[in-house]
Amino acid sequence: MIDWLLEPLQHPFNQRALLAALLIGCTNGYASAFVVLKKSALKVGSLSHALLPGIAVAIMLVGLHDWSAFLGALIAALLIGLGSLAVSRGSRLDQESALAILYTAAFSGGIILLRRMNVTQEMEEWLFGNIMGLRDSDLWTNYWISLGALGILTALHRPLLMTLFDAEVAATLGVPVRALNYLLLAVLIVVLISSLQAVGCMLAVGLLVTPAATVYLLTDSTGKLFWGGSLLGGLASAFAVLAGWWLNIEQGPAIVLVLGAVFLAAFLFGPKYGMLARARKGRRPS
Amino acid sequence: MDSSSHPCCAHHLHHHELRVEDLRVSYRGVPALDGVSFATSCGSCVALVGPNGAGKSTLLKAVAGLLPTDKGRIFWRGTRVSRWSREIAYLPQREEVDWKFPITVRRVVAMGRYPQAGWWRPFSKTDDAAILRALEAMDLLDLQDRQISELSGGQQQRVFLARALAQEAHALLLDEPFSGLDRTSKAALAVLLRTLASEGRLVMASHHDLETVRGIFDEVLLLKRRAVAFGPVGEVFTPENLEAAFGPVPQGGKEVA
Repeated sequence: MIDWLLEPLQHPFNQRALLAALLIGCTNGYASAFVVLKKSALKVGSLSHALLPGIAVAIMLVGLHDWSAFLGALIAALLIGLGSLAVSRGSRLDQESALAILYTAAFSGGIILLRRMNVTQEMEEWLFGNIMGLRDSDLWTNYWISLGALGILTALHRPLLMTLFDAEVAATLGVPVRALNYLLLAVLIVVLISSLQAVGCMLAVGLLVTPAATVYLLTDSTGKLFWGGSLLGGLASAFAVLAGWWLNIEQGPAIVLVLGAVFLAAFLFGPKYGMLARARKGRRPS
Repeated sequence: MDSSSHPCCAHHLHHHELRVEDLRVSYRGVPALDGVSFATSCGSCVALVGPNGAGKSTLLKAVAGLLPTDKGRIFWRGTRVSRWSREIAYLPQREEVDWKFPITVRRVVAMGRYPQAGWWRPFSKTDDAAILRALEAMDLLDLQDRQISELSGGQQQRVFLARALAQEAHALLLDEPFSGLDRTSKAALAVLLRTLASEGRLVMASHHDLETVRGIFDEVLLLKRRAVAFGPVGEVFTPENLEAAFGPVPQGGKEVA
């Protein structure tokens, strides 16, 4: 039994995948606190879909290199994000509608392009992730992204929280609200891209929302929301990778499924904000 | 910069003047305020009164530096206000804040120290002392570790005031501070605002309860996109001026709620 549990860890590429899952899970979990506090899960979900056409166009133009997919995804997310802003400012449409139009159109274009480029295998990976296909260089890329993202988010914790709590008051206290909003979005996009390898662009938003959303049901402390989200993201991802080996299921969906299960448990059994606790107190959810 | 322990300016009224000259602010090309001029100073409690859409919130936000102005100028202590100032605190309507945000009372009050503490410097002893003083003045010491979601309306308003005190602001701009409070909290808040003004701060609040204007405020600015009248409550808060701002009212100058 023990042998069977530990057997997967013998192989170096398995160790690499496990390490990557921890790294990506932690970073996404930490960043997910910002997504939850900003209430921008929908926006992040849309942007994650915008990554696919970026990858497709980048590969079409310059071929598949270490950085081409990454840069293509980044540029696509920025274009779609800023484009939706431009559409909403230049018309009477709200930004979410504009975003929905742009990202679905771009996503469709990406699918059609990729189908014609004879990269069916890779397409599957970009959509749903393939953490087993990770190379050492990918691990290093993830490492630097995590370090940079966590560094920026931690250093700017105070003004970022003030902006998220009340942007107008923050502005009257001298916080550069607009610049911070753009920076936060940029960091979130980069974190999103780093998770592509693990969960793909269809599932990326799950990893960038669920961890802190789960902790949000368990604690009132802002600090715990960040570090709890990080811990949960890392552990759940690592566990899902192991479970994927033991039960022979795909690791990308496994990560998001494990997170979903933990969320459900918190939703039902959370001591203060869980369904059962609320039912016992006879209070309606506020 | 003046960061003395007591931000009192009672004895220098003429230095601490807020002057607005011919102000115009527009949203998408439609003016929300036009040709508004008035001047007041520290120690005064000013009511902004006018019908819905008269530009009360707009004026407060413009003075706080949150809105670009099309025309006109705002001076605080003789210096032009174009963006934010540490000496001017803005207190939003309570409805505009997400009270489910996971944060404690103390942390919200501590935000007032941001101009001094900056992006990442830990709070100094001076900062901690200012936060403590603010909590004490607003009677929030016992509540400082509470989640803001657990506060009553009156307590929420006091948290905002405490943040402004921690900021050591001289001018407090409040958007409808009394709305949604019960009677006891309203009375307590009125006393607090009077105290803050008598200690030498400028308190300026939009207010829609015409009955209580006389009891709380020293001066009143009647707004209807333009300044209908400005001056001491006793002189300006007259049926004629109210009619000019609100239109003809059937009985006794009461606003139809």
